[in-house]
Amino acid sequence: MNVNQPSERQKMTFWEKLYLPEIARGLGITFKMLIGPKMTIQYPEEKYHPGGYYRGRPVLVLDEDGERCVACGLCSRVCPPLAIEVRAGETEREKERYPVKFEINMLRCIFCGLCEEVCPEEAIVMSKDLEMVFENRESAILGKEKLLVPVAQLQDRLEYLRMHQYYEPPARVQDA
Amino acid sequence: MPTIYIDGKPIEAREGQSILEAALEHGIEIPHFCWHPAMSAPANCRICLVKVGMPRRKPDGSFETDENGNPVIQYMPKLQPSCRYPVSEGLHVLFQVPEVIESQHAVMEFLLINHPLDCPICDEAGECKLQEYAYFYSRGKSRFVEEKNHKPKHVIWGPNVIFDAERCISCSRCIRYADEILHDPVIDFVDRGDHVTIELFPGTQFDNPYSMNVIELCPVGALTSRDFRFKARVWEMSFTPSVCPGCARGCNMYVGVLQNQILRLQPRTNMYVNQYWMCDAGRLTQYPFVNENRIDKPLVCTENGTLTEVSWEEALNAFWNKLQSVDAKEIGIVVSGMLTNEDAFALRRFIQEYIPAATVMLMTVEDPEFEDDFLRVRDRRPNTRGVQTILGDFLASLSVEEFREKVESKQLKLVWVIGEDLEQVWSEEGRRIADGADTLIVAASNASPTTQVADLVLSLATYAEMEGTFTNIDGRVQHFIPALTTAERPYRWGMKASRWDKMGAWNDRWSHGPQRHCRPLWQILSATASIAGHSWNYRKAADVFADLSQTVEGFAKMTYALLDERRGIPLGKVDEPEPPVFHYDSHRLKPESEEYRYVQVYDKAEQWW
Repeated sequence: MNVNQPSERQKMTFWEKLYLPEIARGLGITFKMLIGPKMTIQYPEEKYHPGGYYRGRPVLVLDEDGERCVACGLCSRVCPPLAIEVRAGETEREKERYPVKFEINMLRCIFCGLCEEVCPEEAIVMSKDLEMVFENRESAILGKEKLLVPVAQLQDRLEYLRMHQYYEPPARVQDA
Repeated sequence: MPTIYIDGKPIEAREGQSILEAALEHGIEIPHFCWHPAMSAPANCRICLVKVGMPRRKPDGSFETDENGNPVIQYMPKLQPSCRYPVSEGLHVLFQVPEVIESQHAVMEFLLINHPLDCPICDEAGECKLQEYAYFYSRGKSRFVEEKNHKPKHVIWGPNVIFDAERCISCSRCIRYADEILHDPVIDFVDRGDHVTIELFPGTQFDNPYSMNVIELCPVGALTSRDFRFKARVWEMSFTPSVCPGCARGCNMYVGVLQNQILRLQPRTNMYVNQYWMCDAGRLTQYPFVNENRIDKPLVCTENGTLTEVSWEEALNAFWNKLQSVDAKEIGIVVSGMLTNEDAFALRRFIQEYIPAATVMLMTVEDPEFEDDFLRVRDRRPNTRGVQTILGDFLASLSVEEFREKVESKQLKLVWVIGEDLEQVWSEEGRRIADGADTLIVAASNASPTTQVADLVLSLATYAEMEGTFTNIDGRVQHFIPALTTAERPYRWGMKASRWDKMGAWNDRWSHGPQRHCRPLWQILSATASIAGHSWNYRKAADVFADLSQTVEGFAKMTYALLDERRGIPLGKVDEPEPPVFHYDSHRLKPESEEYRYVQVYDKAEQWW
């Protein structure tokens, strides 16, 4: 159906159409910001330290007893730009699988965080690492040695994830 | 033919069938774990419970009707297992009713109480019947907060099968398979209640030529393959319908492919040939030779005696020149039963047109120890019958010794071996033939002692890299399609490929496996014919097959589409279709419904090309 929508100009009030009062109002905001607190930082001299909400480079969590990842491949399946490749192997531990090869192609990664959301083991999380410089295509493919990060450094993000969990597990009966 | 009513929908069932069987044949899937058409129905999983009733009769035998004239149905007070309940005339079944759905929810919750949540490490995840039914027939939430039962997780049952007792849902399919199909009852339930588990009898092993079928039978991941363990996730692979080349039975199978490498083979239901089964030898030995030890490019023997890789153009020119350099009478050809019908037909045409006087010998590989009374047969080549049918009069009836004498006495100067290793099959005699020939041309897919002494090696495609048909020992012609890409035939529209194989770019490390410069024999021969100045006009295997069906009597009127539709056609029986049977598929990766889409799409793509 062809309906004539009122244009932006038709929606304006009389005072807005006068133009000059609006200019003065805009300038008022500008001058207010001049004396308010500053948001800009002098990067790279000053570093930016984001909170747990930040989605930086995806990393693998390294627990006290080794890596958490069981190479289930769900992150690889859900990854929209196919950045992740996982190959599994067998170990003697209780969880029999582990990733023999875990590679993230940072040139493909779009930092969407779906891998972290889908992970059943909380093994892949988005870190605060935002500085990524690569000299060639090959070095942008990060292997396990660059991806594994001790769990102590990721507490912020893990806490944030638990607070914002979509599904709340039922309360467990505590053993006496 | 009793008529039964499922949710009011009339269904023509057969006498003696169960409700579940009749419903399945008419496209209604009643959930089931323990029932399998090849085995008895113990009705112990209880997920298939339905409400069953019969029309009520008056004392005089006539049906009681309500005020609208419809019969009054008297339902049983309790739900009945549909896998065990035989059909009878006028039986009424309620499936999509709250009572039944409630029961399904309860059964699923009960099964999941002690089932560990280890789908991330389970090989079955993705093709698991329990996963699928948990999605369709359960509430989706667990109320169970106590500790789950713990049972042994890593029990080795035999050389090929590994058992995880925690994942087992006690459907008893494997027990009944060992007992009723294999007649080798080595496993049974022990303990009771939620401690029930399956154990081997003391001092026995689950070691049987058909033991690996329990892996597909098992509705959960309790039984997994030791060979495939953790190689890949199911959804990362593509499954192409194919035919096993391990023996002349021609069992139907799926080829699981990732990164252009075959990772596993698994049976595909075909009630006319292998039913639901496949032997362990077929699964374990019929894929490594496709992945490893291949001849990637044609090889030519240089003057200093080493084999060097050359392009196909050079190789075919060398091939044609070598054939021209001797008299046709001095050519001996050794043909293998590994060739497809298309290859054999192209060879027949090539011999007819260029070297009619050549001596052609069929190499048969027979292994009496391999034979049994279930599926495996003595003849270890998939298409001996087809090659015999097509080449027919061209085949010389010679023994190996006579052939060797002819070669050593220089009656045959050029020996051309197609698709076989002389030394492996004929041992000493084969080695003497290879050494005795002035010129040895080998068309082979794998490197072997014979290819090392050859003057010219043409790299041949294996069954997984080509389209074609095999004729099995009963004369059944079965069609298969390529599962792998080659450098000669890259990925085409309509071919099955997993997400990773399809979407990968050239600069991704994982995107492509090895790409080999190998061709099927019919392509080699038609290219050689074009060097000789004739155009055979074969652009795809279907062209060769069309020509074959017009020329050879047994193949008359056959087409690939027809072969796919009827799951193979016996030689000369196109006009007598077999009675339709139901091909039951227990569970596998979804979605996988359009299995035979390939042929139509492939044909369209070819026209467009």
